Amino acid sequence: MKALFCLGAILVILPLFLILFDLLIKGGKELKLTLLIDLPHPVGEPGGGIANGIAGTFVVTLLTMLWSVPTAVLCGIYLAEYGKGKFASAVRFAADTMTGVPSIIMGIFGYILLVLPMKRFSAWAGAAALSMIFIPVVVRTTEEMLRTVPTTVREAALALGIARWKATLRITVRTVWPGILTGILLAMARILGETAPLLFTALGNQFWQTRLDQPMAAVPLQVFTYAISPYEDWHDKAWAGALVLITMVLLINIAARVLTREKR
Amino acid sequence: MARKTGGNIKDLLFERTTGAFAFLVLFLAVLLFAVLLRESIPALRKFGAAFLVTGTWDPVLEKFGALPFIYGTLVSSFLAILIAVPLSVGAAIFINEFAPPWMKTPVSFLAELLAAIPSVIYGLWGIFVLVPVLRDVFMKPVTKYLGWVPLFKGPVYGPSMLAAGVLLSIMIVPFILSVSREVLATVPQRQKEAVLSLGGTRWEMLRIVIGQHCLPGIFGATILGLGRALGETMAVTMVIGNRPEALLSLFQPGYSMAAVIANEFTEAVGDVYLSSLVLIGLILFAMTFAVNLAAKWILSKMVARASRGI
Repeated sequence: MKALFCLGAILVILPLFLILFDLLIKGGKELKLTLLIDLPHPVGEPGGGIANGIAGTFVVTLLTMLWSVPTAVLCGIYLAEYGKGKFASAVRFAADTMTGVPSIIMGIFGYILLVLPMKRFSAWAGAAALSMIFIPVVVRTTEEMLRTVPTTVREAALALGIARWKATLRITVRTVWPGILTGILLAMARILGETAPLLFTALGNQFWQTRLDQPMAAVPLQVFTYAISPYEDWHDKAWAGALVLITMVLLINIAARVLTREKR
Repeated sequence: MARKTGGNIKDLLFERTTGAFAFLVLFLAVLLFAVLLRESIPALRKFGAAFLVTGTWDPVLEKFGALPFIYGTLVSSFLAILIAVPLSVGAAIFINEFAPPWMKTPVSFLAELLAAIPSVIYGLWGIFVLVPVLRDVFMKPVTKYLGWVPLFKGPVYGPSMLAAGVLLSIMIVPFILSVSREVLATVPQRQKEAVLSLGGTRWEMLRIVIGQHCLPGIFGATILGLGRALGETMAVTMVIGNRPEALLSLFQPGYSMAAVIANEFTEAVGDVYLSSLVLIGLILFAMTFAVNLAAKWILSKMVARASRGI
């Protein structure tokens, strides 16, 4: 019986190694410097890279976080410190609901809200769609983290005559800041790899793009386009792009976990 | 909560500011729902409830029905559950009850990494590794000998409902595993010891304790995994075959709700076409909403029971 359970555990973990192994073998073959610094080349032309996608991914992720981090953290603070009434329950329910919404639907949201009125695909729309994924996750982790701070700590601060807002920011939030940061990093790793919300918001781009109101390339989009294309050399590019993507995602994941471990 | 004593303008301001951002989050959720509803009205007007049970998807004649997509989403998700639940529950029992303590952290760490892999990478791996292997090792032999069973009818192409189900099962395992482990951990130690002290074997202890205590929780974990599977987009789009037909055979290509939105949204010309795709999105939204709510309800009841120590 034990052997059967053990087999279950092995089968559960096995795909991780299979996927990482294939990524290393098939993606490693194409992993050259040109991949990281060149623009995509047309089919059949050797070389070429995904540099614009890497840049685009960073830009869209940064754009998302610029307004989503403060929004989510402040909302989390409200829920943890003042969130007792019906309004707070409604906000919690809203965040929970959004967490469960499939990411493709956030793409529809970005499309209708920004692409239709602006009449073009843009980095803005991509960031709007990604925020809808980022915000609810960080709201809930921030609140959960703050709730682990004992009430006695808050009371001690207030008893010393520190104003409540200052006590919240300087003591309560600071105590669990590494935990909140971990939540932010994990959410960032998640939106870094999201493809579905970008399909019809940021759309993708073959070239460099510095304007945020224009279609923007992203690594996950490139992996998708290359993977479903009929060309052999594009398939290799898809594997290489996937290797770059997974490296970024896993590094951030591991960094986030190391951060919480050091706290303890 | 705001105290009215001196110097508390700033406190009030802080509460109001954070409150405003909380309101913004609530507003975004309402806006999301409103936007989906508004944009799906043209399709709702034109097709009504028949949209759910109509099997045609014809952009040229502007005749749309969601049946093949709803069918594909449900079948691939149930297939995923069927594979993932026994594996994850078995793995959870092994990690919690049998594994040496040093193994627990690395295994749960690896499972979390599995959950962190982007969906498009699962899809890539699915296209080039999983689908060929499934086709040659499983589907071809099975259809050769059992092809008369409607579920296994050929011809075998590769991309299929089965491929989508298997890939989805790999993707939802980490979620079911972690919730199952939490559920198993709620069993009071003294209950396990009671069974063992009465002369029960470890296996009997597990059977009694899990049967009595953990079934609702594991059911909750299953529903949670189902919620994940229903909305999964990229991986499914890449391996399901994308044929808008509801076929009984698991070896045939199918289509899912998320996949049709992903594939056709940018090329949807005309209000009715676009609106029909948004309506599919709204139905998907409603489905995942209901499923997640059910999972939360079951699991919170479980936690409440555990905290009472029953």
